[in-house]
Amino acid sequence: MGKWTRRGFISAGVIAGGGLIVGVAIRPGNRASELSKHVTDDDETLLHTWVKLDSNNVVTAIVPHSEMGQGVGTALAQMLADELDADWSLVKFEEAPAISEFANYPMAKGMLLAGADLPDFVVPTVDGVLILSAQALDLQITGGSASVRATGHYGMRVAGAAVKEMLRIAAAQAWHVPVDQVVARDSQLIHEETGRSEPYSAFAAAAAKMTPPASPALKRPDEFKIMGRDVQRHDLPSKVDGTAIFALDVRMPNMLYATVRRAPTFSGGVENIDDTVTRSIEGVVDVVQLPPAEVNALVGGFSSAESVAVVAEGYWQAKKGMDALNIQWRATENDAVSSDTIFAQFERDISAGVDRQSDASEGDLNASMTNAAKVIDADYRVPFLAHTCMEPLNATAVVEDGYCEIWIGCQSPLGFRQAVADSLGFEVENVTLNNCFMGGGFGRKSRADYAIQAAQLAAKVGRPVQLIWSREEDVRQDFYRPAVQSRFRGALDEVGNLTAWENTYAGKMEPAEAPLIPYTVAAKEIGYVASPTHVPLGAWRSVDHSQHGFFTESFIDEVAVAAGQDSYEYRAARLKHLPRQLAVLRKAATEAQWDIPLAPGRGRGIALQECFGSIVAEVVEVTVNDDNLSVDRVVAVIDAGYAVSPDGMKAQIESGIIYGLSAALYGEITIQDGAVVQSNFHDYPSVRMSKAPAIETHIINSGEAMGGAGEPGTPPIAPALANAIFNATGKRIRQLPIKNSVLNV
Amino acid sequence: MTLITVNGTEQKLQVDPATPLLWVLREQLELTGTKFGCGIAQCGACTVHINGVAMRSCVTPVSAVAGQNISTIEGLAPSPDELHPLQQAWIDEQVPQCGYCQSGQLMSAAALLAKNPSPSDGDIDDAMSGNICRCGMYSRIRKAIKLAAGVQQFDPALVDVGQGLTNG
Repeated sequence: MGKWTRRGFISAGVIAGGGLIVGVAIRPGNRASELSKHVTDDDETLLHTWVKLDSNNVVTAIVPHSEMGQGVGTALAQMLADELDADWSLVKFEEAPAISEFANYPMAKGMLLAGADLPDFVVPTVDGVLILSAQALDLQITGGSASVRATGHYGMRVAGAAVKEMLRIAAAQAWHVPVDQVVARDSQLIHEETGRSEPYSAFAAAAAKMTPPASPALKRPDEFKIMGRDVQRHDLPSKVDGTAIFALDVRMPNMLYATVRRAPTFSGGVENIDDTVTRSIEGVVDVVQLPPAEVNALVGGFSSAESVAVVAEGYWQAKKGMDALNIQWRATENDAVSSDTIFAQFERDISAGVDRQSDASEGDLNASMTNAAKVIDADYRVPFLAHTCMEPLNATAVVEDGYCEIWIGCQSPLGFRQAVADSLGFEVENVTLNNCFMGGGFGRKSRADYAIQAAQLAAKVGRPVQLIWSREEDVRQDFYRPAVQSRFRGALDEVGNLTAWENTYAGKMEPAEAPLIPYTVAAKEIGYVASPTHVPLGAWRSVDHSQHGFFTESFIDEVAVAAGQDSYEYRAARLKHLPRQLAVLRKAATEAQWDIPLAPGRGRGIALQECFGSIVAEVVEVTVNDDNLSVDRVVAVIDAGYAVSPDGMKAQIESGIIYGLSAALYGEITIQDGAVVQSNFHDYPSVRMSKAPAIETHIINSGEAMGGAGEPGTPPIAPALANAIFNATGKRIRQLPIKNSVLNV
Repeated sequence: MTLITVNGTEQKLQVDPATPLLWVLREQLELTGTKFGCGIAQCGACTVHINGVAMRSCVTPVSAVAGQNISTIEGLAPSPDELHPLQQAWIDEQVPQCGYCQSGQLMSAAALLAKNPSPSDGDIDDAMSGNICRCGMYSRIRKAIKLAAGVQQFDPALVDVGQGLTNG
């Protein structure tokens, strides 16, 4: 594998990585002619894939990621604006349209070249180790906590620096002065000697004719002016007065509304529908049976089951019509599957160890186990989880004259566009996708099933259709965080040193490193058995880290207890080879005042996990009073290399903690008769205001490669909480959610 | 025909009287700031004021509010160029992430402050626990309410440690 270089990104051809990768970077020369028709108004000149500059000297960052709450536009705009030396008040951002020119090349490259495993949504574009250029066009994806660390670092900063250089050259030529005397500052070009000063926009046209420089100089951190500063998010004013347009808010003339129900056992289909009552309801327009659809799932392709939609003049009539339908679903081979049978299968498959695959293997495990002074073992389990984004899945589509336009909030606009085109049998050029604000994404909105349904309905009824899933459908037809069982054995010598770590779990997705531990151990064997079920799986905030963080950081706590040592000190003693991890862990303990004893009935727990390039430690404080659990406080420390937008990063960590806490306390999707039992927030609850702990987040800017922020806050919360409960009560939580334990949550 | 007053404007509606107010606002009146989240009064995304009281519009039949004063997020600001103090506090504390639940959060908070200008933490818990934020911005919402109310910010975590010291 080659090493990423700035030259590789921006120069012509750009076959970086020793020829292993083709067609994934910005292509030769200036793409303005191709792009300008999509993103420029008449008075604007397109300078670069990522930047436009209008006649009012306003710089617009064109952000190839979707806004699902993480403030991505603002952070990326900060990176661009800083390198460009733009006046921040003259910087705007907009999401790139779903056309191939804005495909997320930097993300694909960042994933490959940082040595990280490819996330599943990139896999369809990989043929062996090659990314095929044609398929790479489907990479406009938000996920893997990649916006800032890949697009921002490799895309926005380089773009900003390149554009600034082009503007300085253009000014120097116009003024007949040496380019090194032209200074760029606050969106003005200045020649101090002659006192000349003109806005960037004066040179936009001249700069647009140049080829971008191959290797523009980037700033050192001590030269940053806008990066590292708290700036107000651009999108918030519209989110406090109701004017932000989410997909659900799209209104079209003559629009119908629809709702849908899919076969509950995922693989089933329609045996018979009695729609007599439904069709008699005023406002109901049609009852439509929708075919199964191929959907990209986290573990390969997945064929979703048949569904039935009711189309009406309003959502309420559509819902009443749906409730009045009498649908008989076909029997399937999964009708007897339950959570109990699934966990029994995991238990059996882990015990049998057939075709066990190894993630990591070091030292002589058998010898360490045999010679151990003490061996402990434990089994951990987590359930399936739904995403429950606040905005239920929805999409609005118009299909006429061989052309489809769709309005949606999604994490993969180009992938969705392709999926819609395929489902209609259209060329992709005949599908336009408008990506709106997302009311949450968390991984769910990277699966195109709901887009396909909306497009098929619009094609069938010949009018614009807004498809709205009920919350019940949203809970019952998700692509779930997998249920997983994980079995451990740990060996200790006579002074409590960890000498062996053995771990086998059922079911693996990504990233590959999620189950690995950072701690020094003489021998380890970590691996998995495949134990597939019929339940569709997908990425859920932090993906496999969400379960493995709980497993490994709980079991290391058990090891420390077995060694009779402090669980923080025990971890720290085994991190001497990893100074970043050690610094994060230490700061968390210090900020949480780990060494100050707590009152009886209170407890502290700590956990550490590296996830998507960032290292996070969390300390949780709880009170347990008569088995009533209160989560009082969380102290979090993140080293993401460098925080471009510190307050934005803190907000992401707070968000990741509450999301993970909801799962740890309450989150459980159970399967009965092959189908999901839960249906809405009453039986799939979330943390609410009265249960939300105080959260403090501390940032370490280590200067190392940038990591993500959206996901890394989630994995440590469940183990830190479980460890705190043990510290307070002596009761070890080995299964989530905690509501199923003796504690009242 | 059903008559309702929304943000000060009288509206004549031809709808099934059982239709929840939420869908009348969103579809007939195109006031889309009020959101659909669950349909069963569990999440609070659809919160509006009916005669000044925070109510879940997804389970309120339009017939039940005939002749009453309804206000939505679109009517929260006192004028087009002025924000409600809570809206300003929401920006100052950078509360929203995805933003989808925030219309409902703001309407619940506004109803709270209207009847209780200096809420305690317990009052905030009581008034706001019907509103789910899946982005988990509860600590920012709490801070923003206190900022708008002009009450002292208060960090329970610090007190907890203090108790530990005293008792332990």
